[in-house]
Amino acid sequence: VSESTLNDFKSAAAELQRAALAAFDAAGSPDALERARADFLGRTGGRLLALQRQVPSFEGAERGIAGRAFNELKADLESRLDARRVALESSARSESPQIDLTMPPRRQFVGAEHPVTLVVEEIVDIFRRIGFAVATGPEAETEWYNFTALNFPPDHPAMDLHDTMYLAKDVVLRTHTSPVQIRTLQAGPPPIRVVIPGNAYRLDPFDASHAPMFTQIEGLSVDEGVSFVDLKATLTHFAQLFFGSTRTRFRPSYFPFTEPSAEMDVECRLCKGAGCAACKGSGWMEILGSGMVHPNVLDAAGVDSERYTGWAFGMGPARIALQRYGISDIRILYDSDIRFLEQVAR
Amino acid sequence: MNASYEWLREFTDFDLTPQQLRDAITSRAATVEELVPLRADLADVVVGLVVEAKPHPNSDHLWVTRVDAGASELLDVVCGAPNVQAGSKYPFAPAGSTLPGGLKLERRKIRGEVSNGMLCSARELGLGSDHEGILPLHTDAAPGTPFLSAYPAGDTRLVIDVLPNRPDLLSHEGLAREISAFTGNDLHMPEHANMTSATAFEHHAGESTTGGVHVVVEDAASAPLYTATVIRGVHIAPSPEWLVNRLVSIGLRPINNVVDATNYMLHGFGQPMHAFDLDRMNGAEVRVRNARAGERITTLDSVERKLDASMTVIADAQNAQAIAGVIGGNDSAVSDGTKNLLLEVAVFNPRSVRATRRTLGVSTDASYRFERAIDAHAACDLARYAAALIISIAGGYVDGAPVAIGSPAASPQAVRLRMSRVAKLLGERISEPECMRLLGSIGFGVTSGSDEALRVTPPRWRSDVTIEVDLVEEVARLHGYDSFPDELRAFRVGNASDSPAYVVTRRVTTTLAGAGLLEVRPIPFVADAGENGVRVLNPLAESEVLLRSSALQSLARRVEYNFAHMTRNIRLFEVGVVFSRGVDRIPGERTVAAAIIGGDRSPAHFTNPRPPQTDIWDARWIAERIVTAAYGSSAAAFQPNESGDGWSVFWDSAEIGTVAPLVVDAPVWAPPIFGIEVDLTPAFGMTRRPVVSRPLPVTPAAEFDLALLVPATAAAADVARVISATAGETLESLVPFDEFRGIGVPEGFRSVAWRLTFRHPERTLRDKEIEGRRARILRALDEELGVRPRTS
Repeated sequence: VSESTLNDFKSAAAELQRAALAAFDAAGSPDALERARADFLGRTGGRLLALQRQVPSFEGAERGIAGRAFNELKADLESRLDARRVALESSARSESPQIDLTMPPRRQFVGAEHPVTLVVEEIVDIFRRIGFAVATGPEAETEWYNFTALNFPPDHPAMDLHDTMYLAKDVVLRTHTSPVQIRTLQAGPPPIRVVIPGNAYRLDPFDASHAPMFTQIEGLSVDEGVSFVDLKATLTHFAQLFFGSTRTRFRPSYFPFTEPSAEMDVECRLCKGAGCAACKGSGWMEILGSGMVHPNVLDAAGVDSERYTGWAFGMGPARIALQRYGISDIRILYDSDIRFLEQVAR
Repeated sequence: MNASYEWLREFTDFDLTPQQLRDAITSRAATVEELVPLRADLADVVVGLVVEAKPHPNSDHLWVTRVDAGASELLDVVCGAPNVQAGSKYPFAPAGSTLPGGLKLERRKIRGEVSNGMLCSARELGLGSDHEGILPLHTDAAPGTPFLSAYPAGDTRLVIDVLPNRPDLLSHEGLAREISAFTGNDLHMPEHANMTSATAFEHHAGESTTGGVHVVVEDAASAPLYTATVIRGVHIAPSPEWLVNRLVSIGLRPINNVVDATNYMLHGFGQPMHAFDLDRMNGAEVRVRNARAGERITTLDSVERKLDASMTVIADAQNAQAIAGVIGGNDSAVSDGTKNLLLEVAVFNPRSVRATRRTLGVSTDASYRFERAIDAHAACDLARYAAALIISIAGGYVDGAPVAIGSPAASPQAVRLRMSRVAKLLGERISEPECMRLLGSIGFGVTSGSDEALRVTPPRWRSDVTIEVDLVEEVARLHGYDSFPDELRAFRVGNASDSPAYVVTRRVTTTLAGAGLLEVRPIPFVADAGENGVRVLNPLAESEVLLRSSALQSLARRVEYNFAHMTRNIRLFEVGVVFSRGVDRIPGERTVAAAIIGGDRSPAHFTNPRPPQTDIWDARWIAERIVTAAYGSSAAAFQPNESGDGWSVFWDSAEIGTVAPLVVDAPVWAPPIFGIEVDLTPAFGMTRRPVVSRPLPVTPAAEFDLALLVPATAAAADVARVISATAGETLESLVPFDEFRGIGVPEGFRSVAWRLTFRHPERTLRDKEIEGRRARILRALDEELGVRPRTS
């Protein structure tokens, strides 16, 4: 009899375990789980109590077996209950979120270099790769450095393109960065390969396309055997790197300090050479002025113009910044409007 | 320079479209900036052949015609012109087209007969004032051909940027010369004047008489060559159509036949000319002399101008009648009643014309050319041509032999051109015969020497060519810049290293941009630059006549601009030049970094809707970042400034900068702002020491905090000095981390909490050692500064 009674106890325990686990699984919320716990494990009225009460009814070794079976069952159910509670709580969290992940991140103020600086740096970087260093010089210059040494004929219409601000009778705010060419030539013997970024000043009324101060960058390459082919090839190489693959064109120009002088155009970015309003129908955009350094300039700087030859170029990064950032009025580059500068901050 | 496609064809034949012409001139001589199609308003008009013309059934002065306009069917067109004839061609504007003046044609019935357009008169096409009916076209062009390609009314204006070295291109003749070199076709004179009436010039020095007029040149330096031709008996009238077309095509307004003829000569040949009305001159005398101080003249633009003795005038026996080479006077201007002329064709000195027109502020087509130097050798021939042209279109005769006083400057000298120099400069060998051909094509005289060099004589109109390299440029451009290869050849890297100014500027710029600031590049002119300001002698605006002595002067205006545009949070910086009066006349220049900050320290976020505000301590941090970036170390001294609200920055005992609150013109809502400026110039010469790292510690640190009551007489630096002096070598760091005034702190004191960190390099410090130090430090603070621990 007792043998079968112990078996009955065990199967009752197995039945209770199955029912309890089913109830725990069925509980969809912590409250429901709590009810299931009370139903099976409650100190008053829990369904395990009835089983527990049967344990003392066994005798001898059987009582020990029944007691262990009961304890194992209870421990198992309690651990299953805990696991189920954790699972329910974590799913509760993800179902009713406490952070709204669509809200914006916390930001810091982002700084930026000026659009013109960015263009200058891009140009400098390209020329650095082909052996150029950066030279600089003063913004207030003597007329000798600004004009005379650069072969400007005195009192000549060439001066009309350089409306000059004077600080003293023969001291000017430099009208271009070219005086630095002379200073560089004076400073050391060729080979010379420099780019010269800097500010220049002209007596131009401040309007949508002119400013009394503007940034220029120019380059100078002087050595034995430097020729017009080097000028063309280097500047074309630059244009390829700066604008991406593009066609270039060179046409005659005039600067007192170079001869032959040439203007370099690149194919109009907007119409791809077909001709549009931006390029006045020509299909070309003017990018820079250039030329072979005039022998008078080399001589003025104390460099033997029979032995050495060289080429130079100059360009206005602001014009490129206008194109690049889609600006129609140059004054925005000077306004220092934070709303504009933040747009170019990246 | 405006040029006309059709006008150029007077001088040389070419088979180029306007676009091809543009490209040819641009690639070889001067940039054509724009092509302006003229008479585009006639684009709709075509050649119409009148196949049949019958009287209109309901009118006695109208015709009903059938017109072949190139379409498959003939069109019925009603016409009112008496001269319409079957078998003739006329300009035809079909229904749907628009005529000059905006008249839009429609298909409509005229007295019951349908009309599909209009046969046009010259006047209806804006081609003249001809009233004699519709314009017969003597053309082979097929019906339907665009009118503009069948009739010489269409033209294209070329807007050309002629640079100062090429005055010879400031005329149609000069441009045509370049075109003829390109096409190989001849250059020839236009056939507008009957030269059989032309008389030879008599050459004199100083003075002479022609046609009863005494001509005196007192100022030969300013007028090296002065010619006068007296033409009597002219009839002033509107110019003939061809001449009107020429002037209109380059944007000039026709005035009358004589004035138009002189303008034709200027733009056709580059020689300015002036015709005086002889009968309105006082006395039969023309005198080229210096203006008298205070002398006045009312010029052709009806402006009364005051002259000075540096200027040259053309005067009659009493008054100035023209300003030499610049502009004529009103009194002797040719007008409808003019009968007798004195035609002046002269060469004026470029510099004196330039000086005069700059002083007077008046630039004319004449002064523009004289300034750039004209071809003096052509003056007499062009004067003869001009006289013949005037007589051809206005009648009259030349009275007496015209006179030329003075002589043109010497002809250009021969220049040696070495073939080796051509190759060296251009990087390509261009053969001697090819150089000869190229230079010969634009009128240079070239002979070959035995020494691998050419002897090249520039033509008289190329006085800009004086040295060898000028010839190299001619060879290069005529060869074609685009013909040179683009191959990158070997080069030597330059000797120089980067300018220190650039290197330091870059370091500071990237540092500040990285710190969240926005770079600006303002213009350095200011209204007030302090006592050391450098003045611009000829400023653009009276409000900004000085160069700034501090970059904060420019930045402050930029902050005001941002406040005015409702931007509250400010974070601008600049690395730029400031100026000071130099010891010599040359100003001193320094490169500085400057910044202005204010407002929210970070963008507002929903977790922190009111971000902390920027204050002087942020400014101080920016200054330290600048110093570190430029000088390679943060070892600058920040000394409290005199007003006690910021610091002066010292490097090596020299003051290099400031950090302080800044006052600008600001709206009430604006936050306080702070300015930082640091001189970078001393850093340019410095060698930066490389950063050497320290080994990381292997022993634990021990730390404790001190809450101190600090009297007003003691500064944090004093406290730090005493602590450092007493704490011993193992003190690793000393940081004030809290400051408090108020409840619990006696009046006249503040509470400052310090954290002291100790570390022995080799062993763990014992608690007792640390405690012993605390007692020593507190004793020293009390004795030296009256600083006590805070007990509550």
